Amino acid sequence: MAGSSNDEKDLKVIIFQLKDEEYAIEVDFIQSIERMQPVTRIPGVEAYINGVMNLRGVITPVIDLRKRFGIESKEFDEATRILVLNKEGNELGFIVDGANDVMDIPASKIEPTPEVVGGVAEEYLRGVVKLENRLFTLLHLDKILQKQEDKAGA
Amino acid sequence: MSQSEYLEVFIDESQEHLQAINDNLLQLEKEPGDLSIVGEIFRSAHTLKGMGATMGFEDLAHLTHNMENVLDLIRNDQLEVTSHVMDIVFEAVDDLEEIIVDISNGGDGKQDVDAVVKHLETLQGLEPAASGEEAATAEAVQPANTINENYDEYEWTVLTQSQEQGYQAYQIQISLDEKTMLKAARVYMVFEVLEQIGDVIKSTPPADELEEEKFDFTFVVTLLTTTEADEIKQRILKVSEISSVYIKTVNIDPYKENTTKEKNQVEEKANSSPAKKQEKRKKKESSPGKKGTELNKTIRVNIDRLDVLMNLFEELVIDRGRLEQISSELNNTELNETVERMSRISGDLQEIILNMRMMPVDQVFNRFPRMVRSLSKELGKKVNLEIIGAETELDRTIIDEIGDPLVHLIRNSIDHGIEHPDVRKSSGKSEEGTVELRAYHSGNHVFIEIEDDGAGINKEKVINKALENGVVTEEDLEKMTDQQMYGLLFASGFSTAEEVTDVSGRGVGLDVVRSTFESLGGVVTVDSELGKGSLFSIQLPLTLSIIDVMLVEVAEEKYAVPLTAIIETAIVNKKEVYSAHNQKVIDFRGKVVPLVFLHEIFQVPAKDKDETDNDFYSLVIINKGEKVAGLVVDSLIGQHDIVLKSLGNYLSDVFAISGATILGDGQVALIVDTNALIK
Repeated sequence: MAGSSNDEKDLKVIIFQLKDEEYAIEVDFIQSIERMQPVTRIPGVEAYINGVMNLRGVITPVIDLRKRFGIESKEFDEATRILVLNKEGNELGFIVDGANDVMDIPASKIEPTPEVVGGVAEEYLRGVVKLENRLFTLLHLDKILQKQEDKAGA
Repeated sequence: MSQSEYLEVFIDESQEHLQAINDNLLQLEKEPGDLSIVGEIFRSAHTLKGMGATMGFEDLAHLTHNMENVLDLIRNDQLEVTSHVMDIVFEAVDDLEEIIVDISNGGDGKQDVDAVVKHLETLQGLEPAASGEEAATAEAVQPANTINENYDEYEWTVLTQSQEQGYQAYQIQISLDEKTMLKAARVYMVFEVLEQIGDVIKSTPPADELEEEKFDFTFVVTLLTTTEADEIKQRILKVSEISSVYIKTVNIDPYKENTTKEKNQVEEKANSSPAKKQEKRKKKESSPGKKGTELNKTIRVNIDRLDVLMNLFEELVIDRGRLEQISSELNNTELNETVERMSRISGDLQEIILNMRMMPVDQVFNRFPRMVRSLSKELGKKVNLEIIGAETELDRTIIDEIGDPLVHLIRNSIDHGIEHPDVRKSSGKSEEGTVELRAYHSGNHVFIEIEDDGAGINKEKVINKALENGVVTEEDLEKMTDQQMYGLLFASGFSTAEEVTDVSGRGVGLDVVRSTFESLGGVVTVDSELGKGSLFSIQLPLTLSIIDVMLVEVAEEKYAVPLTAIIETAIVNKKEVYSAHNQKVIDFRGKVVPLVFLHEIFQVPAKDKDETDNDFYSLVIINKGEKVAGLVVDSLIGQHDIVLKSLGNYLSDVFAISGATILGDGQVALIVDTNALIK
């Protein structure tokens, strides 16, 4: 569905893990990938907002993607990473279980989302990609942020 | 072409001159007899005219020219300063302002000035004399006349005296070739030539503007010399790329006549006697040529650059904190000394940078006299605005924000506070109401107060209205002090004026005023006495970006409380805490102070091992206006300079958190918004 907008182009994506699944976000949105670091809790905000961290002098909000998608939490470990996204000048961190691959995905390989994928609500997904025995779920970043912005504003 | 580069400078300076004209006109209205003020206005108008003509804004030049003529009549005692005259001149200034605004918005500065010009001409028509003296300036054909009228007292004295000593004064108009690339260089060469044969006492435009190439192709200098005119011309023409030189002898006679006349009428201006003090003052105030060199010590810096500087410095402050922490951990003497030294220097630097961003509140205040004047006319009231402490300085970011809310408060005072003259008379007051606008420093704050001697606030009315609008309940009211009740004025949707006027009853309530000030970390309070007047007081922080805080610890989290909100810190025994209306309070210095438990407000997760089980509470006593509260924390860490950072758009509107900062160890600490914690 939404994935059809990019039909002609290949997508360069970053692959990251949440629980047992692999997900992908376009590399254009990613500013950097950081190791887990101290995050200061912010009182009175949504539970999935982990807090803020000091990213080279910039106060950056950090979101726990597991909580965001309603996946059960797990202790942060050596593999835990923070994906720092930059969207319209606002920096934002996503805590994920791990991130290590950059891949080119041919747009033609993006398929519509099957009905249930790892419990993540369908609206956040742009589609799935099957490549060499691996299955990636392509996230719909706008939707994830949009939804959250609304909630945070309310 | 070259003009566009100067446009910005032109706009800046025009605004300054207009402001000066405005200020002086108001002054003149108060003291119509003081002709020295007219002189000041005249000079500003004249410069404005010159600049306008140079930049090709004909309407501006045309209008100022006519204004100048009227001023000249006043100066020569041929026209009396009446309210009518002032109105017309103010009207002209308004038009000028509009033109400048238009130009700064990228317009061509064209404006229909005929109406005002006609008014001005009528004024001149009343006393048609002396207009011959004021020959049109913009015409280059008669350049000598241009500057003739523009010498001030000091320069005339110099001219007269040097003539007595056998020097001859020439006005020399020099035009550069239009293809000249290096105008400043040519000017420099011409000056060098002139200075070999005499003294240049004046140039139009002034020397510094010439240096910066702020002129088209023609400039005029006045030279004192013993050399013959022809020879001067020859010498100047030797400089390349000079297209023409026009020389005229300065005739000093009219001035002499003038001064004898003035002597009788106005004040004793030093002509023959060298009354030096006055001379010196005059020189400072008025000689544009000298002004250039004296003001050379300041430069205009683009505000963006200052902001960049500030940002970079903020980074430095964060690293300084980090360094301090590292050095205290390593405990190496040499490192410690170096870091201490660096901290001291960067502290000095911080002060300088913050000071650079300071601007006098006059920047905001200076537009109020005009506003009050027109407003009081509109409302048919007599109001005298007194401004005290206009030189008080505030951070630029704050200055930028306070203008509109202050306008609102002043309008409010005049509209609702000051009564009509007949009402005032019948209640035994002078017909003229007074609004006093005060600014002053106090500790880490700047206070701005607006006090009027008007009707005061009718408490009953406020209360009824507040109840009507559901702003408060009867119960709340019982506990409130008078000040708190007056404070209800600032609640949403409030207007006590019996009839809504277009002056202050425009739908935007005082609540907007309050929230603007609060967003700047300010506090607004009101006090009033019925029949005597009211006082609006605004407390503002000196600066916004680097603030002093008290770091406190709650369980394992650190929070920063702005020092400006703190009265003191205290440690109290738990036995001294009482309960009142489900609220824990303490008796602190004879006052009942409610306690706010930060770990409850911020839902701080408790520590693993509960060691907080001692008999004492650590308190930070904070205030908001008159109201006081005690923040209960686990421990007080100490006082720090920190850089205020916003949480960003994503996390806007977090309750009781006004921002964040980065501590010495790189961690983020949240800054507590104490205003939100005191109800």
